[in-house]
Amino acid sequence: MSAYIAKRALTGFATLIVASLVVFAVLEILPGDPARIMLGMNASPEALAALRDEMGLNQPLVTRYFDWISGMAVGDLGRSYTYSTPVSELIAERLEVSLPLALLALALSTLIAIPVGVFAASRRGQAADTVSMGLAQIGVAIPNFWFALLLVYVFAVGLRLVPAGGFPGWDSGWQAMKALLLPAVSLALPQAAILARVTRSAMLEVLGEDYIRTARAKGLPRRTVLWKHALQNALIPVLTILGLQFAFLLAGTIIIENVFYLPGLGRLVFQAISQRDLIVVEGVVMLLVAAVILVNLLVDLLYAAADPRLRTSR
Amino acid sequence: MGAAAVLAVSMNAAMSARTDLVVGVVLEPPHLDPTAGAAAAIDEIVYANLFEGLTRIGPNGEVQPALAANWTVSGDGKSYTFKLRENVKFHDGTQLDAEDVKFSLERAMAESSTNAQKGLFEAIQSIETIDPATVTVNLKHPQGSFLYNMGWGDAVIVAPESAETNKEKPIGTGPFKFGNWAKGSSVTLTRFDDYWGDDVALEEVEFRFIPDAAAAVPALLSGDVHAFPNAQVGDALGQIQADPRFEVVIGATEGETILAMNNGKEPFSNLKVRQAISHALNRDEIILGASSGNGVPIGSHFSPANDAFVDLTDLYPHDTEKAKELLAEAGYEDGFKATLKLPPPAYARQGGEIIASQLREIGIDLEIIPVEWAQWLEQVFTNKDYDLTIVSHTEPNDINIYARDDYYFAYDNEAFDAVIEELDQTADPEKRKELYAQAQRIIADDAVNGFLFQLPKTGVWDAKLNGMWENQPIQANDVTGVSWED
Repeated sequence: MSAYIAKRALTGFATLIVASLVVFAVLEILPGDPARIMLGMNASPEALAALRDEMGLNQPLVTRYFDWISGMAVGDLGRSYTYSTPVSELIAERLEVSLPLALLALALSTLIAIPVGVFAASRRGQAADTVSMGLAQIGVAIPNFWFALLLVYVFAVGLRLVPAGGFPGWDSGWQAMKALLLPAVSLALPQAAILARVTRSAMLEVLGEDYIRTARAKGLPRRTVLWKHALQNALIPVLTILGLQFAFLLAGTIIIENVFYLPGLGRLVFQAISQRDLIVVEGVVMLLVAAVILVNLLVDLLYAAADPRLRTSR
Repeated sequence: MGAAAVLAVSMNAAMSARTDLVVGVVLEPPHLDPTAGAAAAIDEIVYANLFEGLTRIGPNGEVQPALAANWTVSGDGKSYTFKLRENVKFHDGTQLDAEDVKFSLERAMAESSTNAQKGLFEAIQSIETIDPATVTVNLKHPQGSFLYNMGWGDAVIVAPESAETNKEKPIGTGPFKFGNWAKGSSVTLTRFDDYWGDDVALEEVEFRFIPDAAAAVPALLSGDVHAFPNAQVGDALGQIQADPRFEVVIGATEGETILAMNNGKEPFSNLKVRQAISHALNRDEIILGASSGNGVPIGSHFSPANDAFVDLTDLYPHDTEKAKELLAEAGYEDGFKATLKLPPPAYARQGGEIIASQLREIGIDLEIIPVEWAQWLEQVFTNKDYDLTIVSHTEPNDINIYARDDYYFAYDNEAFDAVIEELDQTADPEKRKELYAQAQRIIADDAVNGFLFQLPKTGVWDAKLNGMWENQPIQANDVTGVSWED
């Protein structure tokens, strides 16, 4: 088991190194001089030179890559060109918004999707199945920014129940929670739609297995068979999708954070790209890559724990 | 009883006029020090509200006294002696004196300075402090725009104690002091009770960053945001205009929107080609499509809002036949192909489509290349790698860019350079006006660029707000005179 974990972890680490090279190379060849963007059209050449020097842009590429990567090893992601504060601080600040948002969306989508999926599977071919899967189809097709705007017009402009956007900070308690409500729902629904479909098909597959028939034959109540025996075994594919969705969720927050002008990681990276604050973009992208690798690793480990055959066959 | 109750309620309302304001702005500033960055987003928050200069620019672009109560100019026009106001305190409690003025100007001029507008201080020879309340600035040569220059956000007065930390924690002399910066979200200013001048009506002003046009409309409709001085609401403008809760004011800016041509490159180096293009442009159509009909036509690189503006829009009237003739005379009977690089703003992207169709009528086939700002700055502005582009130049009185060597228009005319040089050394207002007129005529005659329209400023705010600026002579949101109606 430990050899298996070590192997997985090593692969993850190698992926991270390759990703860092790619990220750095791609961003450095993007056109646009960060100093020029900061100082604008009428800046004098001396002011530009002074700033480029201050930002360390005059160093050779290789030096900058090694500075960056060795800093990263000790948790130093460099200093933002535009905000001139440490990138790690900026990211930590933004995670206070993005992480609760992503978790809330993930929880919401799971809470909606699994009961719907199980329910639809148990009534296969019946009206309830058709309706709920039809809704799921719509949920997959609707772009989430459009859905988000729809929610804003109904709940913020029309009913005035929640703010149209922005984030007041966690100090304001309930107000902060209210500000995250619509964004979380807009993120969760498309995810829930996909997850519900996956749950349904996984359930259908399991429901056809021999042990389910045995359980039923033993005279167990229908509910117990469905929610305990079947769901437990159907959860493995659902887990895979959840792991994959985590990455999608992070990408989705970029759009949603812009619609609701939330000061999250998505907004940060969006803004940083347009301002050519490359070091921030690099830091955020690396963090996301690391997060995805970590989540996949966790999913693999959970697999292995659930299914002993995997540990030896790989 | 009923009437008394109503009276009591309305009196109560009158007593408690609101003192908070939420202003929506598109961009978040990188930091809050206007003397260390060109980002308009900085000035849009701190100018006049938090930081003040010796002079300030008023709502119609006029120079007004600010920290300097008054001034005298020496006979040769080379020495300005400013009398500072008394009892001016910085937000950290320290007193403003002549040393702070000397420090601020010398800091801006210094070799290591990252002041984005160092040119504003170029003419300064030396700064002398006469007494704590008097300071004399000696110039190398008379400079007519000196008082105006001192009103820019880049020339505000800062204290040596706080200059280094102004980026994060700005300390100025304005009626509002820095409250809080929730990164990515908003900057809040609060009333400064020791302000030297008249009290402001607002106790708290929050500048909220709303970059997405689609998000701006619900923010306004839901009452989350009270004012967008520069509203980017697109097609929703009509809906807002029809809503009595809001006031929509179309004002003037210093933004000259131009079809810039690469004068250093064939065939745009040919005067006749440039004139042909100028004749081919139909400004009315362009204004309708690119600014919802709100732009004001221009015929040279000067804003109609400016006192020295000369109307040259009739110099090259829309005349397709004439354009074709000129093109033929230049040797391009069959027209030619060129590229048109368009930055992201709607005026450029939408205006570009229209211009391309207008030029197609005289045989010029344009390939439209959309670029983002960073690319535009690099390719067009820095490397001059372009044929045509559309952009709005928003800095005030910036006609002198045509005299700059190596500027992206690649325009070179000694006669024009001479006018600008004379202008720089002339202080007499009448003479200056005449020189500005000459400058406008020269570049219009040379058809350096296609001069399109003055960018409108679409202000949208709560109808109960008073004192919002109608025009935008500089990039600032001065809210010192704003109050809520009782």
